[in-house]
Amino acid sequence: MSIPVSAEGWRKELPASVTRLGWILLIAGVAIAALGYIVDARRMAFDNIIGYLFLASVAAGSVFLVALEYIGGAVWSVPTRRVNEFLGALVLLLPLIALPIFFHLHDVYHWTHEEVVSADKLLAGKSPYLNVNFFVLRFVVIFAVWSLFHFLFTRNSTKQDTTKDQKLTTINIRLAAVFMPVFAISLTLTAVDWAMSLEPHWSSTIFGVYYFSGTVLAALSAATYIIIKLHEYGYLPKLQRDSFYSLGALMFAFINFWAYIAFSQFLLIWYADLPEETVWFMSRWRNGWEYVSILLIVVHFAIPYFALLTQDSKMDLKRLKLMAIWILFAHLLDLYWLVMPTYSESVSFSWTEFGFPILLVGLVMVVLSFKMKRNNLVPVGDPKLARGLSFRL
Amino acid sequence: MPMNEKQQFSLTALFDTPDEIIHAAHETSSAGYTRYDVHTPYPVHGMDKAMGLRQSRLGIFVLVFGLLGAVSSVLFMSWVTLVDYPLVIGGKPFWSWPAFVPVAFEITVLLAAVLLVVTMIVLYFKFPNISHPLHDTPYMKRISSDKFGISIQADDPKFNEREVRAFLKKIGGKEIGPVYFDLEDLDHGQTMFDPKFLGVLALTAILVAGATYSVFNQILFLEPFSWMSTQAKQKAQRPSELFKDGIGMRPPVEGTVARGFLPYPFKGKPDEAGKNLVNPLFATKEVIERGKARYLTYCSPCHGNFARGDSRLRGQFPNPPTLHSDKVRNWPDGSIYHVITEGQNVMPSYASQISRDDRWATVLYLRVLQRAHNAKESDLK
Repeated sequence: MSIPVSAEGWRKELPASVTRLGWILLIAGVAIAALGYIVDARRMAFDNIIGYLFLASVAAGSVFLVALEYIGGAVWSVPTRRVNEFLGALVLLLPLIALPIFFHLHDVYHWTHEEVVSADKLLAGKSPYLNVNFFVLRFVVIFAVWSLFHFLFTRNSTKQDTTKDQKLTTINIRLAAVFMPVFAISLTLTAVDWAMSLEPHWSSTIFGVYYFSGTVLAALSAATYIIIKLHEYGYLPKLQRDSFYSLGALMFAFINFWAYIAFSQFLLIWYADLPEETVWFMSRWRNGWEYVSILLIVVHFAIPYFALLTQDSKMDLKRLKLMAIWILFAHLLDLYWLVMPTYSESVSFSWTEFGFPILLVGLVMVVLSFKMKRNNLVPVGDPKLARGLSFRL
Repeated sequence: MPMNEKQQFSLTALFDTPDEIIHAAHETSSAGYTRYDVHTPYPVHGMDKAMGLRQSRLGIFVLVFGLLGAVSSVLFMSWVTLVDYPLVIGGKPFWSWPAFVPVAFEITVLLAAVLLVVTMIVLYFKFPNISHPLHDTPYMKRISSDKFGISIQADDPKFNEREVRAFLKKIGGKEIGPVYFDLEDLDHGQTMFDPKFLGVLALTAILVAGATYSVFNQILFLEPFSWMSTQAKQKAQRPSELFKDGIGMRPPVEGTVARGFLPYPFKGKPDEAGKNLVNPLFATKEVIERGKARYLTYCSPCHGNFARGDSRLRGQFPNPPTLHSDKVRNWPDGSIYHVITEGQNVMPSYASQISRDDRWATVLYLRVLQRAHNAKESDLK
C-alpha cells in the first residue's frame, strides 16, 4: 500500500480504515441521539447541551491554541500546529450539534417560559439578556466570529505552505492579538448562555474562566492524543521527546489551573455563604450528586496531577496518551456535573449519555481524515518549522 | 612571582553562539572529561543533554520542602482554630478546612522555593565559603556580558594542559587560557563569617537603614493626599485655639435635651420604674418581629435563644439567669424595661444599642417566650 506523501516528504492521508471507523461511530452516535430524542426528548436535550459544550471546547479551544502559538511566538508547537488547525475546523459544525437544542429550549431553559419570567422579578430583570431572540443572535455571532478566525488562521497558514511568505506569519500574529479578547468574551458568553443559564437565578462571575480552563485542557488533550497516535504510526517521525514534554507540561499546567479556578469559585461562595449562591453547590451535594462532585475532584485533578507530576512522566508517550484520553473523559464528566443536576435532583445515568460522545469521536475522525487528505500535516512553509523540529529543553 | 604560589584551577575557552557551546559541551562530554562546567549568560535549551547530565535531584528536595510546608501550615491552623483560640467565624465550624487551602498553598510554595535556594547555596555553593576560583576572572566577566564558555578543570583525571589546549582549539574555542587560584584565599580568606565582613555588613545595614529613613521620612518627606487628613476643622478629643479654656469638645448648655429624647426619670429607681412605666406598644405582629430581632441580636448571646439562660456563655462567665423564673414572669413590663435600660449586676446598660421603642418591643417578645414556656391549658386548644 502506498501512502501519499507531500512534496517535502511528510506523510499525508489517514488510512481508509480510520475514515470508515469514523463514519461508523458517527452514524451510531446519531442513531443513539435520535433514539434518545424519541424516547426522552428532555433528557436528550440536556445530553445535547453537554455534547455541544464539549465540541465547543475542543473546536474553539483549538483555534485558541493556534492563536496562542502565534501570539506567544512559540517554536516547539509549530510542527504539530496543523493538528490544532484541523480540530479548529470543528467550529464549522457547531450549528449542527446545537440545532436540536433550539427546538427544545423550553425543555431545558427555565427562562424561555414567558409566563414564568413575567411572574419572577429576578428573571424579569435579566430578560433583556436572557431571551430567546438575543440567545440565538449571540449564538450566530459567536459562531460567525469563531469560523471567521479559524478560516483566516488556516488560510494564511495553508497559503504559506506554497508561498513560504514570512509576512503571513506576521499577519496571523496580528490576527491572534485581535482574537484573544474576542475569544475571552465569546467563550464566557458561551459558558453563561449554555451552562450557567440552566439555573437562571444563580450567577458566578468566574464561570466563564472555569469553562475556559476545561476548554483549553480538552483541546490540548485531543491534540496531544492525535499527535502521539500519528507519531506512533510514523506520520510525525521527527518529533522529539522535548516536544511531547512541552505538550505534557502545558497539560499539567492547565490541570492545576482548572483546580485553582474550580476551588476559587467554591471557596468564595462557601465563604460568603449567601443562600442565592450556595444553592448551586447544594444541589451538587445531595441525592448522590456529592459522589459525582468528589469523583470530579479525583478524576479531573488528583489522578492526572500525580500521573503527570514528574519530568519523566511527561515524556512517557504511553502515559501521556492515556492521560490525554483521561482528561477528555474528565472534561465530559465536568460538563455532566455542570449540566445534569438541573435535569434531575438526584443523580441519574442513562444510555442516552453515550450518544453524543460516540457521535463526536466519529465526527473528529471523519473531519481529521477529510482535512488530512487536503492539507499537509506539517506547516512546511512556516519559517519557525526547522527550529521547532530541533527544539530541545 | 605570585604565579608560583597559586595552583591551576582550569583551562577555559570562549565561544560566540549558543549552537557553538552546545556542540562544545557535547564534544567535551564525549571526549570523556568529567570535571568541567559550561557557563552561559542565559539558559541555553538542550544543554543538559549535550553535557550528558543526570536529571537534577533538587526536585526531591522541592517535594520534601513543599510537603513540609503543606503539613506544617495545616497543623498550625488546626491548632490555632481548635486548641489555642477557637473562634466562630461567619457561623462556620471551628475546623473550616476550605479556608486553610489558600494559606497552605502559599506556605507550600514559599517553603519549597526559599528552602530550595538555601539548599542550593549550602550543597552546591558550599556556604559559608563564598569564593570560587572563577569569580572575578576575565573569563567570567566575558560570560556575564555576551560570551559562552567552557572550563575544563585541572583535577579532571584526564587533564593534561597541552592536550586540553589542543582539544579546546579543535572544538572551536577562542581566548583559551588558564585560571589560577590561591588555596589560602579559597579555604580561609573569604568565608562568610569573617568578622571583618560581618562588621562591614552590619555597618552597611545600619547606614542604609538610617539614610533611607532620614531621606524619605524626614528630609524629602511629602505628605500624600494631605487635603483629607489636614482640614480646618475641630476634631474630637483635640484642643481648640478658639475657646479661652482651650477645650475643643464643648459641653452642652446646662439642661439641654436632645430632640426626641427625654432623660430617663427612674435612674437607680427600679421599683418606681416598675410601678410607673407603661408599655406604650401593642403586641402586633410587626412589633413582635421587631422585638424578636432585637432579642436575638442583643439578649440571646447571654440569655439564650429561648431565654432559658442556656447560651454558650454558660460555665465560662457568671451564669446568665433564665428569664422564665417566677420573679421575672411576675415583674411588670416597666421593671424589665428598666433592667434593659440600666443593666443589672454584670449586665450592662443597653440604652445606647436598643432604642426606647425597641426596648419595649423586646419586652413584648420576651413575654411571648415566657408564655410559650408556661402555656396554659387554654393555649393548647
